[in-house]
Amino acid sequence: MDNLGLVFALTGAAVAVLFAGCGSSIGVGIAGRAAAGVVTEDPNKFAQVLLLQLLPGTQGIYGLLVGFITLSKIGILGGSPASISLATGLMILAGCCPVGLVGLVSGKAQGQCSAASIGIVAKRPDQFGKAMLFPAMVETYAILSLLTSILAVTNIPLS
Amino acid sequence: MSVMPMQKLSICAHKSNRKAVLETLQQFGAMEIIPDAIDDQELEKMNTSEARAQFDRDAELADQALEILDRYAPGNKAGLAMLQGNEELTADDIRQVALKQGECIKQASSILSYEKAINECRGNILKDENQKEALIPWMSLDVPMTFSGTEKTSAFIGTVSGVYDDAGFSAALLEKDSSLDAVSTKTLFTENDATNITAICLNRDAEKTEAALRALGFSKPAQPVMGIPKQASEDCDRDINKQNSEIENLKKKIAAMAPERENLKIVADYYRTRAEKYRMLGTIPQSKQAFFLEGWVPAAQADRIAKLLSERYQAVVEKEETAENEIEPTVLHNNKFAQCAEGILASYGLPQHGKVDPTAIMAAFYVFFFGMMLSDAAYGIIMAVATFILLRKYPKMKTGTKKMLQLFFWCGLSTTFWGFMFGGFFGNATDVIARTFFGYTGATPILKPLWFDPLTHPMTLLVWCMLFGCIHLFTGLGIKGYQELHDHQVWDFVCDVLAWFIFLMGLILLLLPSQLFANISQMTFVFPDWMKQLSKWMSIGGAVFIVLTSGRSHKNWALRIALGAYDLYGVTGWLSDVLSYSRLLALGLATGVIATVVNTMGSMFGGGVLGAVLFIVIFLLGHTMNMAINLLGAYVHTNRLQYVEFFGKFYEAGGKVFEPFRSNNKYIEVKEAK
Repeated sequence: MDNLGLVFALTGAAVAVLFAGCGSSIGVGIAGRAAAGVVTEDPNKFAQVLLLQLLPGTQGIYGLLVGFITLSKIGILGGSPASISLATGLMILAGCCPVGLVGLVSGKAQGQCSAASIGIVAKRPDQFGKAMLFPAMVETYAILSLLTSILAVTNIPLS
Repeated sequence: MSVMPMQKLSICAHKSNRKAVLETLQQFGAMEIIPDAIDDQELEKMNTSEARAQFDRDAELADQALEILDRYAPGNKAGLAMLQGNEELTADDIRQVALKQGECIKQASSILSYEKAINECRGNILKDENQKEALIPWMSLDVPMTFSGTEKTSAFIGTVSGVYDDAGFSAALLEKDSSLDAVSTKTLFTENDATNITAICLNRDAEKTEAALRALGFSKPAQPVMGIPKQASEDCDRDINKQNSEIENLKKKIAAMAPERENLKIVADYYRTRAEKYRMLGTIPQSKQAFFLEGWVPAAQADRIAKLLSERYQAVVEKEETAENEIEPTVLHNNKFAQCAEGILASYGLPQHGKVDPTAIMAAFYVFFFGMMLSDAAYGIIMAVATFILLRKYPKMKTGTKKMLQLFFWCGLSTTFWGFMFGGFFGNATDVIARTFFGYTGATPILKPLWFDPLTHPMTLLVWCMLFGCIHLFTGLGIKGYQELHDHQVWDFVCDVLAWFIFLMGLILLLLPSQLFANISQMTFVFPDWMKQLSKWMSIGGAVFIVLTSGRSHKNWALRIALGAYDLYGVTGWLSDVLSYSRLLALGLATGVIATVVNTMGSMFGGGVLGAVLFIVIFLLGHTMNMAINLLGAYVHTNRLQYVEFFGKFYEAGGKVFEPFRSNNKYIEVKEAK
C-alpha cells in the first residue's frame, strides 16, 4: 500500500492513452466508412478523403503524448519508478483526465464531422479546403484539453 | 499584393470572322466572355448544339480509346505522373494531327471495338464456366442427359429427394412398388439432400417405374445439356481456351496501336477545344452582318488584345465602363513568395474588387505558424529538400500543385528554423543515438536549442504563442482599418478599429503587471503609475466609445446602447481567438514528444548490431508516421488560424473566380506561338 501514489499516476497515463485512443478509433472508423463509400464511386478522391479520415486520429496521439510524459515523469520508462505520495498520484490522475475524456468525446464527434465533410468532397471536390475546416473546429477542444493536461502533468511537483 | 485591375471590352466584327476571332481569344485564354451581355430582340444566336455534341462525342471516343490503351499497353508513366504536367505542343503540331483526324477517330473506334470483343469473349467464358459448374453432378453419366431409352427400354434421368447410395436407392424403389424388380438403377451424385439418379426399365414397366420414382420426388433436370455431359464439359474447356487465345490476340492488337496514343491525345484535346468554341459561338448574338461580344480581360492585356483583333480581323474593340451592379472577376497579382499561398486564399474565397488582397501578409504568417507547429529541423529539411527536388524535376506541373509545393518548401525552411530554435532534430535522436550506440555519457541535450526547450518551459512558449496570436489578430484589425481609410470611411475606422485597438491595448496593459499574469507566465512587469492610469483609462474610454457608437446605424438610443453593449461582449471572442493560438504550443509539443517516443522505443533493444538494425527499422517507420500525421495537423491548423481567427477580423470573400475562355485541355499544353 505504500506506493499507492504510483498506482494512481500510472492509472492517469492509462486514462489518457485509453480514452483518447478509444475516441480516435471510433472517429477514424466513422470517417473511414464514409471515405470507403466515396472511393468506391470515385477512386481518384482517395488522397482527399484519406486526409479527412485521418483528422480525428489526432486525439489518440494527444493521449499518447500525455501518457508518455506521465510515464517518463514517474520514472516507469527509465525503469526506476519514483516514490509518489498518494496525493501526488491522484493529482497526476486528475491532470490526465482532460485529454482522455475530451479525447473520447471529441474523437467521436470529429469523426462524424469528418464523415459529413467527406460528403462535401464527394459532391464538390473543389471545396476541399472548407471541408477540412469543420472537423478542425472540433479538434480545437481536444487541443485545449491536451494543453491543460500537459501543463498540469509537467508542473505537478513530485514528492 | 493586389487584385489585378480588370477591363471590360466589347468586340464587334464581321460575321465571317467570328470563328477566327473566337479561336484567337481561346488561344490567348485571357478573356472571360460575359454570356447574354447584349440583349436585343433583333439579334439572333446560332444553334451550335449539334456540332458541339458531335465534337463532345468524338472527344469522349478518343478519351475512352486512350483509357483502354492505358489498360492494355501502359505508357512509361512514373509514379509521380500527376506532377509530370502536360506535353507542350505548338499550334502547328496540332494542325498536322488535326489534318488526319478522321483516321485517328477510326483508330479510336477500332480500339473500342476490340475492347468490346474482349468483353464478349469474357462473357462467353463466364457462360462456359457456369455450364461446367452445372454439369458437375452429371459427369459420371455416359449418355446424354436427355436420353429417354432404347427401342425396348425406357430411361429416367433426373433428381430424387433424399440421399441414397446405389443399393439404398433400388431398395427404396422396390419399397414403393414391389413389382419393379427388373429396373436397373444407379446413383450419380449427391448434394443438398438430393440425389441424381438413372433408372432403366423395360418399356412395359415404364409407367409403373415413373409412378414409383415420382413418389420418391423424381424430377427431370431443369435445364438439360445436349450431348454426353463429359463431352459437353470438354467442349466448354475447349471453348474457354479458344476465347482466351482470342482475348490475348485482341489485347495484342490493342497494344500494337500504342503508337497512336500521342495522336489520340492531341485529337481528344482538339475536339474538346472545338466543342468549347462552339459552345461559346452559340451564346454570341449576331446580326445579319456582324456579331457582338463582351468580356473581361486583365487591364494590362486589354490594349494588346484590342490591337491584335482590330488589326487582324478589322474588329471594333471598345473599352467599356464597369456598370454599377456588375462584379468584376478577380485575378490575384502577387510577388513570387506570396503567390504560393494564393491557393489557400482561393479555397476560402477570393477578395472582391477594390478590397485588400491579404495573400502576402497571410503567406508570411502561414509559413511562420506552420514552422512553429511542426518545429522539427529534420522534418523541415526533408520537406524543403523533397519539394525542391520535385519542383526541379517536374517544371511543367500544373500551376496549382506547383504553388502548393512552393508553399511547402517555404514551410519546410520555417520548420527547420523553429526546429533548431527548439532543439528538435528527429526529436531527441542525437542524444539517444549518442547514448545507445556510442556510449556517450556527457551532458544532454547535445543539440542545444537556440532559444529554449518547450517541454521544460511550456508556459513561456504559451505566452509567446499568445503574443504571436495578438500580433496576427491586430494585423487583421489593421487591414480592416486600412480598408476603411482607403474607402474614406473615417468615422467607421475610428469606431470599428481605433476604439477596439485602444480598448484591447488597455486591457492587455492592465493584465501584464497583474499577479494573475505573473503566476501564469512567471514573468513580472513593473509599470510606472502613469502607465497603469493610462491603461485603465484606455480600456474604460474604449469600452464607453464602443458602447456608444457600435449601433450607430440606428436612431433609437436605447437600441443603440444595447447593440453597443452586445458588441462590447465580442471581447470574449477576442479572448478565445487569442487562446486558440495555444495550438501552436500543443502541436509543437506533439511533434517533439512523439518523436521522442519513437526514439525511446528504438533504443530499447540496446546497442550492438541487432539493436542498430531494430533501431533503424523503428526509427524509419515511426518518424515517417509522425511526420505525416503532424504535417497534416500543421497544415489543417495553420489554415484554421488564417481562416477563422485572422480572416474573421477583416476579410470578406465574395470575389468572382476569373474563368477565361480557353481550351480545357486534358493531355496537351499549347505553346504560345512566337
